[in-house]
Amino acid sequence: MIAAARCILRRDLLLALRRRGDVATALLFFVIVASLFPLGVGAEPEQLRAIAPGVIWVAALLSSLLSLARLFADDHADGTLEQMLLGAAPLGVIVAAKLLAHWLVAGLPLVAIAPLLALQYGLPAPLYGTLALSLLLGTPVLSLIGAIGAALTLGLRGGGVLLALLVLPLYVPVLVFGAGSLDMAAAGLAPQGQLQLLAALLVVSAAFAPWAIAAALRISTE
Amino acid sequence: MLEAAGLQSARQGRQLFKDLGFALRGGELLRVAGENGSGKTTLLKILCGLLAPDAGEVRWQGTPIRELREDYSRNLVYLGHAPAVKGDLTAAENLGVACTMAGLQASPPAIEEALARYGLPPGVPLRKLSQGQRRRAALARLPLSAAVPLWLLDEPFAALDAAAARLTEALIAEHVARGNAVVYTTHQEAAIGAAVQRVVALG
Amino acid sequence: MSAAINWFWFASPQTFFPLAGRIARACWVLAALLALAGLYVGFFVAPTDAQQGEAYRIIFIHVPAAWMSMFLYVVMALWAALGLAFNTRLSSMMASAIAPTGALFTFLALWTGALWGRPTWGAYWVWDARLTSELILLFLYLGFMALQAAIDDPRRADRAGALLAIVGVVNVPIIYYSVVWWNTLHQGASVSLTRAPSMAATMLAGMLLMVLAFWLYSIAASLTRLRCIIRERE
Repeated sequence: MIAAARCILRRDLLLALRRRGDVATALLFFVIVASLFPLGVGAEPEQLRAIAPGVIWVAALLSSLLSLARLFADDHADGTLEQMLLGAAPLGVIVAAKLLAHWLVAGLPLVAIAPLLALQYGLPAPLYGTLALSLLLGTPVLSLIGAIGAALTLGLRGGGVLLALLVLPLYVPVLVFGAGSLDMAAAGLAPQGQLQLLAALLVVSAAFAPWAIAAALRISTE
Repeated sequence: MLEAAGLQSARQGRQLFKDLGFALRGGELLRVAGENGSGKTTLLKILCGLLAPDAGEVRWQGTPIRELREDYSRNLVYLGHAPAVKGDLTAAENLGVACTMAGLQASPPAIEEALARYGLPPGVPLRKLSQGQRRRAALARLPLSAAVPLWLLDEPFAALDAAAARLTEALIAEHVARGNAVVYTTHQEAAIGAAVQRVVALG
Repeated sequence: MSAAINWFWFASPQTFFPLAGRIARACWVLAALLALAGLYVGFFVAPTDAQQGEAYRIIFIHVPAAWMSMFLYVVMALWAALGLAFNTRLSSMMASAIAPTGALFTFLALWTGALWGRPTWGAYWVWDARLTSELILLFLYLGFMALQAAIDDPRRADRAGALLAIVGVVNVPIIYYSVVWWNTLHQGASVSLTRAPSMAATMLAGMLLMVLAFWLYSIAASLTRLRCIIRERE
């Protein structure tokens, strides 16, 4: 079981490495979306500082949606998904390994780039830690919940937009607590509560989502 | 070993087959014949457990496969229409992944040997190879699956040249001779020398 | 809902079809009567509120609609889960039949909330916890309907919808809690449409009548829609 999980993890990381372009595109999207807002609302420093947490988080949400749309689609198209369904290891374990690979490639880089965006928005340096931590806890949850949507919409017309409609309402708690933790920190209050809630969401979704995703994959391929 | 009883399936409103059943024992070869669209792939997927039949059940060693889940899939090799390979990985890497996922221990020399039998370069990414070569890369799993009792092969000879087709036939015959079961679909006539051959004709 | 006892006998869509029609017809009539009674009580009998004047009367539609929208989501998820667990077609069809009615009530709650907000708070839309949650609930309903519409195979549509509904129903309390917290963080306790006037007995009677009316309407509409779905599929 562990061997199969490690194998899939290695495989997906290897594939991402050989298709660096795709990975970069999602990150670029993150940066572009965040860069659009000042053009839309004006570059007044006070205003930017106020909207920064929300903007960065929404950009992260949208970027994760973009990369999730392809999570299972490639495997479904070339038949490797079927082989995973017939694998010797439980599907939930394989799914967890795929998600870990996906997060390492699509989620973790967001955490790394976010301070640059924070700089663009004039977010004060002491908040960078909270920003990074909230994204570190929140982006895996986005991957986990979003993957349920990706599995349900496998092979459907209107895929990406439908995925967004299904998944964005479920993202609301992560958005609220993630951006909220930054707002609390900006106001001089302790963000611990919100970060702990994010951690709780992470633990619960990590425990249950892989099985929901496995069920969704079976539903979608039967 | 493998039993099917009362299988029924309809796809896109068309009834493919109804009340289909058979019993396959070790050392037997089953050919599913029929034209394109007659339901051969659907039947094979039902036999692996990838699809649920509208009615009827499939049993492995007497137990319904619905209950066995991984215990059943561990005992089979399924090669479908699409060569389940990743274009960005080499033949050797793909085969390695396939074996680990199936729970087989395959050492690098064994993998190289299997690829060599099918005449495949181990270190080239598959997207650089032809369609036929990619199919052979998928079939290269067969030499390594001698210990797996059931092979379910969907159109194994499609897009193969004569040498590869003969090799595949030989592998199937060997596998059956060792007391295992193989089910394969084809819309051609195939010449595989096996002691007991059955045919299920669809459509 | 009340058909739980009959469920086992009428699990076949064909058998249930005529019964559904009879129940639906009865419910339409009862719903209409109760709605008339409820609206009469709400608009004519209940006393004028000291703080909000006549405008508050919209809550006789707003609050029951909001309650129904949440109640129906849970019921829909329950039927969908039953369909998934026991592989019964009728249960899944029931879930699909309830969804549009649930979405309708959510929309009604939002719309009446806006109508209430204008005279009371001076704005058609306020981002208070309840309205924002209703908006997200609307998206959840629409997502369910969109997913089922996008899938051609009825079996996959039923099961995918069921999984989505179950995930949704589990998340709804979490979403609601997060929105409530978000509201207190950003707006304090300044704006809240949930602070309805203290209930006089007649007001309560009016609300209950409307809730019953909406409930019976939901049963009637869902069963009617169910008959359409059965006719379409079988």
